[in-house]
Amino acid sequence: MKTSYFPGCTLNTTAKGFDNALRASFAALGAELVELPEWNCCGATFPLLVDNMLDLAAPTRVLLAAQEQGDRLAIACTMCYNVIRRTNNRLRADADALEKLNYFIEDEYRGGVEVLDVLQILRDDVGFDAVKAAVKKPLTGLKVAAYYGCMVLRPPAEVAYDDPENPRALDDLLVALGAEPVEWPHKAECCGAYLAVKSQEATAEMSYRILSSAQRAGAQAIVTNCPLCQFNLDKQQLDMGHQHGGYNPIPVLYFSQLLGIALGLDTTDFGWERHYVDARPMLRERGHFA
Amino acid sequence: MRKIGVFVCHCGLNIAGTVDVKRVVEAVEEYPGVVFATDYKYMCSDPGQALIQKAIADHELDGVVVAACSPAMHEVTFRKTARAAGVNPYLTEIANIREQISWVHEAEPDAATVKAIEIIETIIEKVRYDEPLEPFSLPLVKRALVIGGGIAGMTAALHIADAGYPVVLVEREAQLGGKMGQLSSLYLNFDTAPDLLQSRIEAVTRHPNIQVLTEAEVTELGGYVGNFTAKVNGSEPFTFDVGAIVVATGFDLLPQSELGEYGGGRYPDVIDSLQFEHMLAQGEIRRPSDGTLPKEVVWVQCAGSRDPELHKPYCSKICCMYVAKQAMAYKQRVPDGQAYVFYIDIRSQGKGYEEFVQRAMTEYDVLYLRGKVARVFAEDGRVVVWGVDTLSGKAVEVQADLVVLATAAVPSAGARDLAQRLRVSTDEYGFFSEAHPKLRPVESLTAGIFLAGAAQFPKDIPETVAQASGAAAKVLGLFAQREMVQEPTIAFVDEELCAGCGLCVAACPYEARVMHPWKPIAVVQTALCQGCGACVVACPNKASSLHNLATEQLLAMMEPVL
Repeated sequence: MKTSYFPGCTLNTTAKGFDNALRASFAALGAELVELPEWNCCGATFPLLVDNMLDLAAPTRVLLAAQEQGDRLAIACTMCYNVIRRTNNRLRADADALEKLNYFIEDEYRGGVEVLDVLQILRDDVGFDAVKAAVKKPLTGLKVAAYYGCMVLRPPAEVAYDDPENPRALDDLLVALGAEPVEWPHKAECCGAYLAVKSQEATAEMSYRILSSAQRAGAQAIVTNCPLCQFNLDKQQLDMGHQHGGYNPIPVLYFSQLLGIALGLDTTDFGWERHYVDARPMLRERGHFA
Repeated sequence: MRKIGVFVCHCGLNIAGTVDVKRVVEAVEEYPGVVFATDYKYMCSDPGQALIQKAIADHELDGVVVAACSPAMHEVTFRKTARAAGVNPYLTEIANIREQISWVHEAEPDAATVKAIEIIETIIEKVRYDEPLEPFSLPLVKRALVIGGGIAGMTAALHIADAGYPVVLVEREAQLGGKMGQLSSLYLNFDTAPDLLQSRIEAVTRHPNIQVLTEAEVTELGGYVGNFTAKVNGSEPFTFDVGAIVVATGFDLLPQSELGEYGGGRYPDVIDSLQFEHMLAQGEIRRPSDGTLPKEVVWVQCAGSRDPELHKPYCSKICCMYVAKQAMAYKQRVPDGQAYVFYIDIRSQGKGYEEFVQRAMTEYDVLYLRGKVARVFAEDGRVVVWGVDTLSGKAVEVQADLVVLATAAVPSAGARDLAQRLRVSTDEYGFFSEAHPKLRPVESLTAGIFLAGAAQFPKDIPETVAQASGAAAKVLGLFAQREMVQEPTIAFVDEELCAGCGLCVAACPYEARVMHPWKPIAVVQTALCQGCGACVVACPNKASSLHNLATEQLLAMMEPVL
């Protein structure tokens, strides 16, 4: 089983480890991700003005590129998933918009591509049972807090493939890998995201709530499917001690990194050195990292 | 040849300001069959009516055309006037030259005058072919069916029964009482709900005119106003005839599981308002999770109401008041506890209602926070409520022991199915639709079926009792008639022409057409026919026709405008 794959800019740069671990893991599970031969920026935000057609052009071009390869498009970056999926919804529901955009991009996207998050493919197509069966080094004893962010959940009617108030997919995957996901209330709470540009303090507080709640619940690491949340939660911890004395940092991992470890893959290019809070000592201590 | 009089009304300047009424009179005077025509300032006034009656006597008129406002306004008035002077009411017709002409063609008086003449001539042709008719009567079963044994249904049943008519009261549950039976005390005086209710239940069960059927539902309904046949299941299914029906099926709360954003259905210490009522009624306020006394209790108003994106856009109306009551009742039992209420607005519209809410704030120190709750989650054994206080502009976090959701009121389970069986319409949420939002709020659009209580829309007890009394009054108004009177301007079948093909049976939207039990012809169920004419169009043999709108009559009416 092969699926067309759109990495997006984040997985191509800062989150290269997410990307490498993901491709290696999917290949090992027999669900190869095939990068689109040519792709461009997803547009980065879904325009909220209904007459803002111009901002739909970039994601439509991505869909067009996917259409040339088949009828399914896998996306790992949750932001890209959100933008492209919502663009696709709009184009499928609004023939006028589709016609306008096709005119603009001077090509013909027909609306037939199914936009899927990689976690969704793992759950629905590969199946967590199959993942479990393929696990060579179960993450026994590792307590993790699954963190989803908002991009795969909101707005629910448009993008969610999981319960938006109490998502399960990532927790269930982690169980399949042998880890122990903790029950905690902030799985889908906003990490602050771009608010960091405007108000560093507000974002730091929002991140602190999430990070500290995960630790209170007994997690040794936070595991996420969102590369933007990962960056935010990871980096915010550098200065967290200033506001919250005695704060103990906690590693924030991409789920694909743990997936790769559990599948027994070579983890050297999983981007460990790019994390602000190094996860390796914690993993090594528990015997999950050489 | 019919002798027709035409009476053109000025309606002050409403008509005469646009239409040249003198020219109209001159024109129609010349029309064949017209023996008299005149105009007058206000034809509906006493002198105007007297003028019509005098003309009928002087010119021996046997047909009257009044050119005036819409027949919805004064058709009845003028038919009565003409009848008093000896003209059959169905030979008096209205030509609408106000709503259809002067009001809409103000800018073109000439064209309006021509159109008025043509419309009047059309109606003259109609009167020429009209036959004298009399309304006919139908038998009327003076027994009522009340569906739902809550406070609405019991109130309606008691009023009807007290007036001397038999009532069958059907209740789905094993006991009477409905939602009121689940309440503890009631605003404004903290009356004990069970005591109040018990007096009603006893009155109903002891009443010689009321037959109560519990654990029973209406499974089928046939017939029409005055002559319904209802089938009821239950311990012993039976079928009976009734003349009128009161629907009083009440409401339910939106399932908590649909309110995931408030932790509904997920955390034991997040409950809905009826669960809290149950605690109050039992006299034990305890956290469901560990049985401890909750010291910090948060009420979330509009949980699922006024939320067009995720839930119901409407205001459930009853929550503001019962939340104030619940918070006060809580403080009466737990004086050192803290009660918080998150609200969007306080809607305390009723006698003494606003004062009651003010008492909650001032005498009971209930902390009202104006803002929505963003999220409710459990952590470290407590229920954390995140919200906003829009008055201070600050985000609020409450570490609560118990959260009570004032969940949206929705139609009771099965209401839509029942509505279909009764052929009564519902709104988009499944509440029963009233016939007119202002003038006919206790009637359904189906004749003989009336509405009471929260089945129509969420209501509190006094409002429910008032509507139930209104519904009972409508039933009694119907039963006060000796028999049902039906307009005679309905369809009929010419047996000689009918081939019995049955096309009209399928065409009739009112189920007023059936095949004759043994003859190969279709027959009209006169009580159900609304005179719409669908059967006339459907009939390939022209065997179907309408009284006073016959096909040849219609063709004659079209002549003047062609």
